[in-house]
Amino acid sequence: MWKFIVRRLLITMPQVVLLSILVFIMAQLMPGDALSGLIDPNIDPSAIEEQREKLGLNDPWYVQYKDWVTSAIQGDLGQSFRFKMPVSELIGQRLVNTFWLSLATLIITYLIAIPLGITSGRYNDTLRDQLINGYTYIGFATPLFIFALVMLWAFGYGLGWFPTGGSVDPGLEPGSFAYIMSKVNHILLPAISMALITTVNTVQYLRSEIIDTKQKDFVITARAKGASESRVYRRHIFRNSLLPIAAYFGFEITGLIGGTVFIETIFSYPGMGLLFMESVLQRDYSVVTSVVLLFGIASILGALLSDIILSLVDPRIRIK
Amino acid sequence: MSNNILEIKNLKTSFRINDDYYAAVDDVSLSVNKNETLAIVGESGSGKSALAFSIMGLHTKAKIDGSIQFKGEDIVHIAAGKLNKLRGNDMAMIFQDPLTALNPLMTVEDQIGEALLLHNRQLSKTKRKERVIHLLNQVGIPRPEYTCEQYPHQLSGGMRQRVMIAIAIANKPELLIADEPTTALDVTIQAQILGLMNDLKEQMNTGVILITHDLGVVAEMADRVAVMYAGQIVEIADVYTLFQKPLHPYTRSLLNSIPAEDSVHDKLHVIQGIVPSLQNLPREGCRFKARIPWISEDAHEENPELHEVTPGHFVRCTCYQQFYFPEEKVEEESSHGTS
Repeated sequence: MWKFIVRRLLITMPQVVLLSILVFIMAQLMPGDALSGLIDPNIDPSAIEEQREKLGLNDPWYVQYKDWVTSAIQGDLGQSFRFKMPVSELIGQRLVNTFWLSLATLIITYLIAIPLGITSGRYNDTLRDQLINGYTYIGFATPLFIFALVMLWAFGYGLGWFPTGGSVDPGLEPGSFAYIMSKVNHILLPAISMALITTVNTVQYLRSEIIDTKQKDFVITARAKGASESRVYRRHIFRNSLLPIAAYFGFEITGLIGGTVFIETIFSYPGMGLLFMESVLQRDYSVVTSVVLLFGIASILGALLSDIILSLVDPRIRIK
Repeated sequence: MSNNILEIKNLKTSFRINDDYYAAVDDVSLSVNKNETLAIVGESGSGKSALAFSIMGLHTKAKIDGSIQFKGEDIVHIAAGKLNKLRGNDMAMIFQDPLTALNPLMTVEDQIGEALLLHNRQLSKTKRKERVIHLLNQVGIPRPEYTCEQYPHQLSGGMRQRVMIAIAIANKPELLIADEPTTALDVTIQAQILGLMNDLKEQMNTGVILITHDLGVVAEMADRVAVMYAGQIVEIADVYTLFQKPLHPYTRSLLNSIPAEDSVHDKLHVIQGIVPSLQNLPREGCRFKARIPWISEDAHEENPELHEVTPGHFVRCTCYQQFYFPEEKVEEESSHGTS
């Protein structure tokens, strides 16, 4: 088991290296560089050139890459020219917000997907199943950013049940109960909006897995043993159907990253997604590269997590 | 008759295809005694497995008519809870493909243990493990303590079929249905598994229904044989009579299709045509008529019934009286010509 995890971790390393190279090259291809946004264009060009030389911006790309990576490993991701503060500090604040939003979204996604998928798969082609299917098709067809806007308009502005922006009410003592409740309150609407749309994949996936597993021979064996229908579902069908869902979990995280960019922008929720969006629009070069790098690492970790979960639940993957 | 554990009368199992019901098992009556092996033979699609699934109540979407008396109780229209008390306890089944019939996510111990647990809630965990190890010993698995912890994918096909048998015999059933238990296994393992089944049958006094299309297996194992064609029993007899004096054209054709040792250069006999699909089954007259077109129409009965030729030997339709193989005819004629 541990061997498997260690080996899987080793495979992750080159992925991260490759990702960092790609991110770096793409950043290099963007017009302007770390300096061009910071300086007054009226300064003497030779002085600028001198500064560029001093900052290492005239070095070959691999030297620059090495510098960037070594300082990134030490936690120095550069300066944000817009916020005039270290990128690492800026991301630190935002990352926590995005983490809670993503976690809430994941939980709600599975809270919706598992009961709906199970019902739909077990009673396939009945009215219940058709209703659930109808919902999933609507979910597939509805773009997240439009749905989120409608939700914000209806529950945020119209009914006023939820706050319409930010991550916490101002003036609350951090760590106090009111502070935490305010945080939860700010997370709920964006999380529900996102979960309602992203869950349809999982519902459909679980449904087809259950319909598939229902027809497997070992289910007949279980019935022939004298297991009741509810036991057959509980012990034999569900567990085998949940495997691919566990495998899908990592991709769910990747999907979340895309989702948070939209959701945080629409709900003006100060997380990584919003930061990314603002930084792109304002050409905050060092922030964009750092955020993209972190998103990439999150995806890789998501895949890693899926594999580990899958190896825990599926004995066939545990072979040495 | 107390010896009789299963009595099927006029069983008809129909499946729904495009709003119509088609019978895959059509008017089958048979019985099984204690410590007796009844073999059911026939080509693929002749309704053997559909019959077995009907007995076990494993069809989920079929319409079943007629009666199946098991230990004096009709189990066709039995309540699900009552049926679950019988299944796995008084009657059990071994399936064709041991590769797919075991749950890939459960250890051998859990799968055999489940069969025990379902019919004996009081059994403690340690007692259960003891029983599982005993069962694995019984089915000839070496190192049962080790195999217990293993998952199906870690076992060979023969081992998995042994585990299946262990599940089936866990509660000493009175009726054991084996649906082509050796088709997925290679020949050396086949012999071992069949030997094992025979031993267990003798030990536990179990009635066995053995479904197969391998006549070699039938000769080895069966006490009585029922030959099925297109959902009906066309001939039923004890194993010696059936092999020595087969009557029905279908039985004779099947036996004639076995390659004989001394006829290496002869062409193998092939039964013309194929088993008709469920929707295209002739529902009237002799169902085998289309595959023996050289036999005159008059030879067949209008409504073929089972006739008792000698005690215990039943044959459907009268066409057997005039049946001959086409190549025999040719030989006869040519021998007439030369003499």
